[in-house]
Amino acid sequence: MRVRSVGKYAGAVILALWVLFPMYLLTAGAFSTQSGVYQYPKSLWPHWSTGTMSFFWDSAGVPTALGRSVIVAGITVVLAMLLGIPAGYAIARYRFRGKNAYQLSIVSTRAFPVVVLSIPLAVYFLQWGIYDSVYAVALMHTALVLPFVVLITTSVLAGVPVDLEEAAQVFGTSRLGAFWRVVMPMALPGLAAAASFAVLMSYNEVFAASILTIERPTLPALVLNALTASPDPYKFAAAWVLMIPTFVFIFIMRRYILGFGVERRL
Amino acid sequence: MSGRTTASVPADLQPPRSSPVRRRRPGWAPYLLLAPSVVYLVVFFVVPLLQGLRLAFTGEDGAWGLATVHELLNDPGFWSSVWNTLIMLAIILPVQLVLALAMSLLVNSKLRGSGFWFYVYMLPLGISELTSGIIWYSIFTQQGWLNSVLQDLGIISHPYIWLSYQHQLLIIATIVVAEAWRSTSIIVIILVGGLQAIPREYSEAADVFYASPWQKLWHVTLPLLRPTLRTALILRTVLAFEVFATVIALAGSSLSVLATKANNAYTQFQEPHLAAAYGILIMLLSLLSTALFLVLLPVRTE
Amino acid sequence: MDGGSARDRDRLISRRGVLRLGAAAAGGAATAGLLSACGSGGGGGGSNGNLVFLSDQLSTTEETAAMRGKVLSGFKGGSVTFTAFSDTTQFIDQVVAHSKAGSGALDLIGGLQGDFVALDAQIPLRDMSDVINELKDRNFPQAYLDLAKIKGAYRFVPWITASYLMVANKKALAHLPSGADVNTLTYDQLLAWAQKMKQAQGQPLFGLPASPKGLIKRFFQGYAYPSFTGGLNTQFKSAAAVSMWQYFKQLWAVTNPQSPTYAFMQEPLLSGEVWVAWDHAVRLSDALKNQPDNFVVFPAPSGPKGLGYEPVLGGLAIPSSSKNVAKAKSLISYLTEQQVQSTMITEESWFPPVGDSALPKNLAPGVSAEAKAIVATTGATGAIASQLPIGLGAQSSAYDKVFVDTFTAIALNNAPIQSTLASEGATLQSVLQTAKAACWKPDPASTGVCQVG
Repeated sequence: MRVRSVGKYAGAVILALWVLFPMYLLTAGAFSTQSGVYQYPKSLWPHWSTGTMSFFWDSAGVPTALGRSVIVAGITVVLAMLLGIPAGYAIARYRFRGKNAYQLSIVSTRAFPVVVLSIPLAVYFLQWGIYDSVYAVALMHTALVLPFVVLITTSVLAGVPVDLEEAAQVFGTSRLGAFWRVVMPMALPGLAAAASFAVLMSYNEVFAASILTIERPTLPALVLNALTASPDPYKFAAAWVLMIPTFVFIFIMRRYILGFGVERRL
Repeated sequence: MSGRTTASVPADLQPPRSSPVRRRRPGWAPYLLLAPSVVYLVVFFVVPLLQGLRLAFTGEDGAWGLATVHELLNDPGFWSSVWNTLIMLAIILPVQLVLALAMSLLVNSKLRGSGFWFYVYMLPLGISELTSGIIWYSIFTQQGWLNSVLQDLGIISHPYIWLSYQHQLLIIATIVVAEAWRSTSIIVIILVGGLQAIPREYSEAADVFYASPWQKLWHVTLPLLRPTLRTALILRTVLAFEVFATVIALAGSSLSVLATKANNAYTQFQEPHLAAAYGILIMLLSLLSTALFLVLLPVRTE
Repeated sequence: MDGGSARDRDRLISRRGVLRLGAAAAGGAATAGLLSACGSGGGGGGSNGNLVFLSDQLSTTEETAAMRGKVLSGFKGGSVTFTAFSDTTQFIDQVVAHSKAGSGALDLIGGLQGDFVALDAQIPLRDMSDVINELKDRNFPQAYLDLAKIKGAYRFVPWITASYLMVANKKALAHLPSGADVNTLTYDQLLAWAQKMKQAQGQPLFGLPASPKGLIKRFFQGYAYPSFTGGLNTQFKSAAAVSMWQYFKQLWAVTNPQSPTYAFMQEPLLSGEVWVAWDHAVRLSDALKNQPDNFVVFPAPSGPKGLGYEPVLGGLAIPSSSKNVAKAKSLISYLTEQQVQSTMITEESWFPPVGDSALPKNLAPGVSAEAKAIVATTGATGAIASQLPIGLGAQSSAYDKVFVDTFTAIALNNAPIQSTLASEGATLQSVLQTAKAACWKPDPASTGVCQVG
C-alpha cells in the first residue's frame, strides 16, 4: 500500500514539475538582463533584472488593455451563457430532428480559420459603429466560444437526472421553475466551469481582437507585436504579462472547474 | 455524463444509463431553445463565413468554378501538409490521452493535496498558443534552454540543432511535446468530471473480486468513461486541426500543416481564395473526424 | 437525495452564494463596459481632432515606443495615435475595411511601396499630388517619385528608405578567405568563408531569414538573381540562373539548418547561433545597437554580373475618407522635415529618401556603420539597382510566392533545379500575364508583358 502511495506522490510531483518548469523558464527569460537572454549556455538561475519588464510596461499601456480584456471577457461570458444554456438544455433533454446536425455544425464552425474572415467582420462592425470597442470584440468572442459552451453545458445538464425535475413538477412548480430551482443549483459548478473556459478563451484570443481594434486594444492585441516581431527579451516580457492574470483567475475558479461534472458521489 | 444511482436501486453491473429522454413529442420547445444560439451564430459567424466560403469556389476573376480547388490540389506542399496534419494528430491524441488519464486518475484518487495538484495541472489552460510557441522555441532553439542544460550536464559537447529542417520527424516530436504541455489541461478537466461521475459501487464491486488496479482501470473505469472520452477526443481533435501558431514557431517554413497553409496563404501571400479553400478542407476534416468518433464510440441514447 | 443532504444543501447554498457573487461580478464588468464604451464615444477614431496613424513598419516594442516618444511627441499640430501592425496583411485588411465601410477613422497610413500597390488593387487611393507639390523643397529623388505614381497620380509621399545588408560577428572575421576584404566580397568568397567557418567550428554559421515572415524572397529577387544573371524575370530559368541555384545549394549546405525559423536575423546573431547573416537593415539594427563592438556591417557581395541590390521605400498617404486632411498634411510635412528624419535615423534605423549627401554627421556608431554600408552598396562599381516591381498590383504576393516556392523546392526539398525552374517559370509567366506587367530593372524594358526567360 505504502509503495503505491509513494509511487502516486512521485508521479504527481513529476507531472507538476513538467507543467511548472517551462513557466519558470519564461519567468527567467522575462526578468533577465538583455545580455542574459542571449548568452549561451543559459543559466537556470539568471542575473535577475526588471529592466526589460519596466520598459515594456511603461511603453505599452498594459493596465488599460488588461482592464479591457477583463470587460470583454465579462460581456462574452454573460452573452455566451445566455445563448448556450438553453441550447445545452435542449440537446440534453430532448430528442428532435436536426439535433445531430446542430451539434456537428456548431463544432465545425470553429474549424474555419478566423483570419480569413477579417475583412467582412471588420466592415460589419465599422458599419454598425461599434468598431474598435469592447463591444465588437465581445460580440466576436461570443461567437467563437459559443460552440464550446454549448458542448460543455450539454454534458453538464445531461448529468443532472431528469427524475429530479419531474419530481419538482409533480410538486407543482412549472417547467421553468423546476429548471431554475432544481437543475441550475446542481448544474452550477459545471456551468461555472463552462464560464471559466469562456473567459480563458476570450482572454487569450488574439487575432480577432487585433483585427477589430486600433486605439482600444485588448491585452493580447496590444502585445501582439511584442509577441511576434520584437526582440526576444520583449517577447518573454509580453508572454509573461499575458500569462500571470490567468493564474490568478484559475486560482479563484479552481474549485468550480474541479466541480465540473458531479461534485460528489453517492 | 452518466447519471447517478439512488440508494434504493441496487448497484448492477450494467453501464449507467444517461438521463432518459422525454417520450412525448418535443413540440417547439427544443427549437425555441436553440434559436438564440443559431441566430447569433448565423449573424456573427455564418454570414461572414459564407462570404469566405464563396471565395473558395470563385477564381481570382470572380467567376464560379473549381479553379481554386485545382490550385489547392496543385499547391506545392499540399499533400505533405495533409500528411503532416494527420501524423501529428495520430501522435498527439494518444500521448495526450495517456498523460491526461494519468493526471486525472491522480487527482481523483485519495491523494493528499489533490486540490493543489489539480490547480497546477490546470495552469496551462491560461496559456495561449503564441505564448506556448515562445516558451518552447526558447527551449528547443539551438542556443536555448534544452541545449544549455544538456551541455551543463555534459551530455553534449556542443549545441544540437533540434529544429533543423533536415529532421522533420524531430520537429514533429517537438511540436507534440509543446502541444502536450499546452493543451492537456482541458482533457484532464473533462476526464476528472467523468471519473467523479462514476459511482463508487463499481469500483467497490471490482475490489470484491480482487481486481488489480490495472484490471480495474481497463475493465471498469475506461468503459464507463467512454462518453467522456468521446467528448474529450472530439474537442481535442477539432482544436488540433486549428493549431498553427505552435507549428510556425517551432517549424517555420520547414514543414506545414493544413492550418499553417491556410494562414500563410492569407497573411504571407495575400491569396484569400486559396486560404478559404484550405479553410473548407479543414472544416470538412473536422466534421469527418467528429462523425467518426460519434460512430466508433457510440453512447447509449440521447 | 437522502443521507447527508442537509449538509449538501447547506454547501450548495453557500456555493451558490459565491457563484451569485461571481455572476454579479461578470454583470458588473459588463455594465462597466457599457459605460466606458459610451464615455469614449464608442468606435470611430480620429475623434476630437486626434490623428490616427496606422503603419506596418516600426512595429517592434522599441520602435513603436521611439516613434511615440521621440518622433511624434514633437508634433505641434495635435495628438497622434500611432498603431503599428507587424503583419502586413492585417494592416492592409484594416485599411481596406475602413475604406469599404466609408469610416473616417484613419487619418494617415505609412506603408511600403508594395503595400500601396496592393492597396490600389482593392480600394481607391487618394491623390497625393497636392502634398507632393507643397513639399517641393524636400527634394525627393525622381526615382522615388516615379515609384509613388500609381494609375497616373502620386499616391504616397516618399518617407523612409532602407536596404538589405550583411552583418558578421567579429569572431567570424578570422575565417575570411585570404585576400578577401569584407567590404568588397564576392559571392564565391562568401561561400568559401561560410565553408571555412563550418569546418573550423563544427557548426554551420551562416544564416538567412527563411521563415514565413523572413525576407529571403528579396534575397533572390534583388540580390542573387541580378548579381548572377544580370536580370530577373527574363533570366529566371536561364543557364546563369541554373548556375546561381547550384551555387546557392552549396551555400545552403553551410547555412544553419534552423534558418527556416529565422525572421529577424538580429536574434540568432545576438544569441550566437549565426555568425554571418544577410537581412533587411532594420532587422539587423538591434545587433549593432546592443553590441556594437561585436559586429561589423558591410554591403552584400557581388556576383559575376555585378552587385545586385534592392532599395526599400516607405511612404505616407492620407485615406480618402479621413476627416482631418489638413492636420494629416501637416503631420506629413513634419515627418519629412530634416530634423525629424535625423531622429528617424538615430532611433529607428530608417534613412530619409534623399541623396546620401544629406545624411547628418553625428550618428551613433551602429547606425553610422549601416549608413556607410548602404552608401558603399549604392556607390559600388557594377552596382545593379533593382527597381521595385511596378504594375504587379494584386499579383505582387503571387509573384513573391514563386520565389518562395522555388527556394523551398530546391533548397528544402532537394528538387532538381532545372525542372523546378521550368515549372515555377510557367507560374511566373502566368502571374506576369494576369498582372499585364511590363519588365522592370534589372530586366531591359519590354514593350508588352514581361517574358520569362
